[in-house]
Amino acid sequence: MSILSLKNITLVKGEKTILHDITLDIWEGYVHAVVGPNGAGKSSLAAVIMGLSGFRDITGDILFENRSIVSLSVDARARLGITLAWQEPARFEGISVFEYIRFSAKRKTLEDVRKALQLLGLDPDRYARRKVDQTLSGGERKRVELAAIAAMEPKLVLLDEPDSGVDIEAVERIFAMIQALKEKGTTVVLITHSAEVLKQADHAFLLCNGSLVRKGETARILPYFARECYPCVHPNAPVLKEVEAV
Amino acid sequence: MTEVERKALAAELLKSIHAPHYGPGESHVEIHGGKVVGMSLVEGLEVVSESMDVDDGEGVRVRIRVPQGIKIEKPVHLCFGMVGERGLQKIELDVELEDRASVMFQAHCTFPRALDISHLMDARIVVGEGARYRYVEKHIHGPSGGVTVVPKTRVKVKKGGQFYNEFYLIEGSAGIVEIDYEVESEAESSVDMRAFLYGKSNDRIKIREAARLNGENAVTALITHIALKDTAQADVLNELYALAPGARGHVDCKEIVQGKAVARAVPVVQVEHPAAHVTHEAAIGSVDSKQLQTLMARGLTEEEATDLIIRGLFSDKDWEVPL
Repeated sequence: MSILSLKNITLVKGEKTILHDITLDIWEGYVHAVVGPNGAGKSSLAAVIMGLSGFRDITGDILFENRSIVSLSVDARARLGITLAWQEPARFEGISVFEYIRFSAKRKTLEDVRKALQLLGLDPDRYARRKVDQTLSGGERKRVELAAIAAMEPKLVLLDEPDSGVDIEAVERIFAMIQALKEKGTTVVLITHSAEVLKQADHAFLLCNGSLVRKGETARILPYFARECYPCVHPNAPVLKEVEAV
Repeated sequence: MTEVERKALAAELLKSIHAPHYGPGESHVEIHGGKVVGMSLVEGLEVVSESMDVDDGEGVRVRIRVPQGIKIEKPVHLCFGMVGERGLQKIELDVELEDRASVMFQAHCTFPRALDISHLMDARIVVGEGARYRYVEKHIHGPSGGVTVVPKTRVKVKKGGQFYNEFYLIEGSAGIVEIDYEVESEAESSVDMRAFLYGKSNDRIKIREAARLNGENAVTALITHIALKDTAQADVLNELYALAPGARGHVDCKEIVQGKAVARAVPVVQVEHPAAHVTHEAAIGSVDSKQLQTLMARGLTEEEATDLIIRGLFSDKDWEVPL
């Protein structure tokens, strides 16, 4: 059953079409991936679904649990059960990891926070009092963000490049967290250009230059992605001689 | 004033700061207007007070002395305020920590029903050689903003002394605030001054914090964090003068501005010795959009998210001061 449906979504910024007539269904309880090269429109698609500032002026419709959400604010969408983890999470001066996760997941107990941190391989006794600021490394910050998502227990989560900036061990933890979310019934959408992350998904959508060009089981999309997208010189990629000229 | 009236005023002051009781062995002094209405001191802490004449108001002179080598282990609670709607409270405070003495003050200034109250503080503080002074002051104002707060403080920190000052005005409406602190510090001393204020409606905040690092290896941090909303305005002037070899200082001024509020920050840093080093950073802007949207994507409303971000700005933490 579809939990989220995009109907003919088009996003134009200035004279550039960022997303072109995207129609797709996200099935409830599965792990999906939106793949494509840099600049394909993957993160923009996530921002449109979440309703972030700068991504609200779209044509088309977004249905969540059969209800249109295009007129809803970010927080209203979140309260319905949708959330997003940014590729580079924001830092919060003066706010502890414990506070951050608790506020991210209303009515959660200290024990819930501890479990969420442990799920991401973070020792609660070491991390709960630390600040969500520049004193955390990029990888630590990323794992705290995902712990906050785990504690929130959303119905649908968009994870933008979940493996970026983290070491191999942490990537394994993140993959385990994705499967744990799935087991709890959360629908997961991975935004990625990594074949390793793509392998975590049951189903994938391939974007290129703002358009949906392929969709299907990951086992079918993965070879196509590796064969056609990796060697492709994407229209958004700078031409080498232009780079050299700079 | 009868003893019963004194006790009633002291109780009302303490009720307004949500501190009806102090722990055993903790000194405390309550001053309402120009009168000391409550006091309990531990051995080694000397407090002498006298009322003074003030035109159109009430005044009190307070002299606090901690003799040489005496360490007051538990916090000393000071509560200044007026529970009525109108008035003038003028306080002259003279604090002397003799060599190697130490004390920590937890001060509250409370004006819970103010419509038109002025609170004028004129303080002179001497921190002796190797002495340690810590003063945390929290203001509690009512919602109407009818308070004028003018604390003027002159501090001298002698060789190896430590001076730490924290000023909070984040509850209620600030009203008019004019803070003016000046510190002169000798060799091997450390000075750390922090101010956290939340200006709302038509509040007007002026802060001047100045430190002169006169001695070798003296270190200073001046930290000011302000949030403003509605039509509040704030002017911050941080002055840091490093005059001796090894003197190091840092100025940090952050201001979050919402609505039609206006913030200005002027850091003045002056180095007069090649082996001295001073840094400054200032950031003024609206609530960070990514922070805001991150919290909203967790289900917090815009108002809740803004409050949490501002709470972080005011949180007591171990600052990463590059000294």
